[in-house]
Amino acid sequence: MTLIDMNVYNMLKEATGAEFIHELVNAFLEDTPVQFEQMRSALAAGDSEVFCRAAHTIKSNAATLGANQLASLARELEKIGREGNLAVGSRLEVLHEAFEQVKNQLDELS
Amino acid sequence: MSISSSEPARLLVVDDNKVNRMTLSRSLQVQGHIVETAENGREGLEKFRSGAFDLMLLDIEMPVMNGFEVLEACLNDFDLRQIPIIMTSAMEELDAVVKCVELGAEDYLTKPVNPVLLRARVSASLEKKRLRDEQRKLFRTFATKEVAEELLRTGFSLGGQIVTASVLIADIRSFTTIAENHDPSDSIELLNQYFSMMFDAVTRNGGIINQIVGDGLLAVFGAPIFYEDHRERAVKAALQMLEQLKTFNEKQLAQNKTAIRIGIGITSGKMVAGYTGTQNRAIYTCIGDTVNLADRIEEYTKEALRPLLIDENTRQGLPEYYKVEDLGKIVFKGKNQAAHVFAVLE
Repeated sequence: MTLIDMNVYNMLKEATGAEFIHELVNAFLEDTPVQFEQMRSALAAGDSEVFCRAAHTIKSNAATLGANQLASLARELEKIGREGNLAVGSRLEVLHEAFEQVKNQLDELS
Repeated sequence: MSISSSEPARLLVVDDNKVNRMTLSRSLQVQGHIVETAENGREGLEKFRSGAFDLMLLDIEMPVMNGFEVLEACLNDFDLRQIPIIMTSAMEELDAVVKCVELGAEDYLTKPVNPVLLRARVSASLEKKRLRDEQRKLFRTFATKEVAEELLRTGFSLGGQIVTASVLIADIRSFTTIAENHDPSDSIELLNQYFSMMFDAVTRNGGIINQIVGDGLLAVFGAPIFYEDHRERAVKAALQMLEQLKTFNEKQLAQNKTAIRIGIGITSGKMVAGYTGTQNRAIYTCIGDTVNLADRIEEYTKEALRPLLIDENTRQGLPEYYKVEDLGKIVFKGKNQAAHVFAVLE
């Protein structure tokens, strides 16, 4: 399974311009670690609302760039957060691993 | 992507997610629009209130004030209500989206937003707004803001309904004589000044002008929007007309110009109201015995030598502080029953 859906990525590139997508990828790569940080501290504090919101942001941004697998992993965590029960197991690490892979591929693409 | 074929519009993108804001505003700018952004609901609402926007793209899940709350605030605002709002949301929030559309959001888009759909939905919403604005402008030329909104909301279909309302008919006495003593452009000028005074009095009291024929006008109070006090509104408008005319005449006489005298007849009751004409040219009008009687009573002002006459039904709905003079029952031409007529004293 490819990490980035090239149909989505190319359509976005066409709609916004090649230079812009570079900016967009940078914004995503800068913002996502912040969201991870929020998820970790929310997890520690048991704050499911903040956890859910950060997962929601990662999901939304991943989907925008065509990183569908990352988006669906984040969606699962968002759902867990929404249910108010923060039993995430190793899912956060899995999500982080997926992000690192997407990051590498985005670096190559943009 | 090429530049949009539609006119550039001023758009507001409200989203707490930076990547979403960037993507949406860039896509819309590429399509030729002018875009501003806001990071949360409250900021969005403040910007929307202060700027002249043509459309807002509004996220649902946001901190400070969510999209749902922003939408409600806009729909409760008379001016903001006219501007289309497109909700943007994740696929999973479809329940919330349905609620927004039911409330009055113009449309919705799911994120990630497909650029082709974005263009189509924005263009369609702007086009609908443009048509509504044009209609509104048209309606406002013969009705108050409130009546115009009512017409827009309920739409206007050709076909009548029975309403309870008051009809006011006003006519200039011996305008012909005045016209003969003026050149044509002066006469039209005089007529326009006169009508602007009369329109002002009608719309200020919530009435609408239905017809202008020559120097006469027919206005209705209480339809298409029903007012409990339609009788008083009509009489108030008539008294204001006479008052304004008095001031106007003083100025005219001071400049050695012709003064205008008018007669006004008001009746109240049931009548058939609706749009008559064709789809291309239609007017809102009222017909029925109540309207015919108003015409007769207005004519009778000449004989009665009183400028403002009303029928019994109107008299009954007037508060005590209006002074009236009972002129008795009059049998009008073409009518079987006598009508009880009253003069309202200025």
